[in-house]
Amino acid sequence: MSANCDIAFTLNGVKRELSVPAGMSALAMLRERLGLTGTKYGCGEGECGACTILVDGMSVNSCLLFAADCDGRDVVTIEGVVQSEAGERLRSAFVASGAVQCGFCTPGLMVQASHLIEQHPGADEAAIRRGIEGNLCRCTGYRKIVDAIASAAKPDPGQTPFSEGQP
Amino acid sequence: MLRAGDVTVLAGGTDLMPQTQAGRLRFRPVLMNVRRVPELKGIAEDNGVVRIGALVTITELLDSALVRERLNLLWQACDHFASDQIRNAATIGGNLCNASPAGDTLVPLLALEARVVLAAKPNGTLQIRRVPLAQFLLGPGRSCRGLTELLAAVEVPLPGAGFVGEFYKHGTRPGLDISTISIAAGARRDGAVLRDVRIAFGAVAPTVIRAPRAEAALEGHRADAATLEAAVQAALAEIHPISDVRASDWYRRELIHNMLKRVLTHVCKL
Repeated sequence: MSANCDIAFTLNGVKRELSVPAGMSALAMLRERLGLTGTKYGCGEGECGACTILVDGMSVNSCLLFAADCDGRDVVTIEGVVQSEAGERLRSAFVASGAVQCGFCTPGLMVQASHLIEQHPGADEAAIRRGIEGNLCRCTGYRKIVDAIASAAKPDPGQTPFSEGQP
Repeated sequence: MLRAGDVTVLAGGTDLMPQTQAGRLRFRPVLMNVRRVPELKGIAEDNGVVRIGALVTITELLDSALVRERLNLLWQACDHFASDQIRNAATIGGNLCNASPAGDTLVPLLALEARVVLAAKPNGTLQIRRVPLAQFLLGPGRSCRGLTELLAAVEVPLPGAGFVGEFYKHGTRPGLDISTISIAAGARRDGAVLRDVRIAFGAVAPTVIRAPRAEAALEGHRADAATLEAAVQAALAEIHPISDVRASDWYRRELIHNMLKRVLTHVCKL
């Protein structure tokens, strides 16, 4: 399939217009055409969640989304998520909890976690584990990731996750 | 556009993208994105039948009080469907048209005697036909949808009051796994006997299947251990599992034997 589609969409709050091959994935468009390499290519078939982005406020695997299907939609990547206050809370919580080892799954997990916290503020451990079912991490064993998301989900704006009982 | 017939239909893309990337499926000359067609959206009940638009996502089914309360068997299958990211994109119409023998929503839809609504516009006027799901599915990846037809919706008759159903899916990972086997079973208690018995299986035949002999073994009978065992034995004679990367045919038979017994025990409240 070689035909191109002209698309216009919002990317991290900025209007973008470009022409993409009809069969191109949103992931390839983000990484190769727009240079946003925070979104990772893991498996390419929706199993690992490393490429998770937000489209119209819903988390999706960008490897399974056609770039052409971004037309008219609101797309947010990890680069956009960390600019928000909720994203900053998550980033601090991931650092404080030691939830990052090799780091490859981290952007996808943070995007998915931001969607989870938005949909279920104050999510408990079971809800968090369920919410990140679609994100694989091969280093951490998930414990610290779940801890990080739980601390970021806690409705306590007066205290940053950094100051919470770190040894 | 559909009239020409040489069209690949795109909705959620969660099956189409990996299939085309892996070369298992080739794009037709036209890739038609139907995502913004309003007629293909929405969930509504009318006169005892729930119409689910083809574009309804699995997340929307999970969030629907109508589906959770009145079509709970389907709701349970959606709860076991892939991951949050995929549930947010994948549509019920795509799950139906993909016609996988392991399709998660297909098993409860078959048990609930759903029918699909196929729309075509051959000469400027809209033509609609309704096909029972059992006839719609022809084999792995094959349905009776014509090249110039679009799956517009699926219609599910509401089960009678007191109908209790349970969906079970076996996989090696809680999220994202393709079923090794799946079971949707339901019935209604009429005094001591069972009525409206429905049993359907996924991943044990070229399409999802009903088990009419197992249903007959229970229908109108008292729900006791001997009746259940007879139904399970009848079911084992109705399935034709294959061996593949997920499991051997022997293991699938063992799973159906043990898990159907468990599911029926729950449904019959033994």
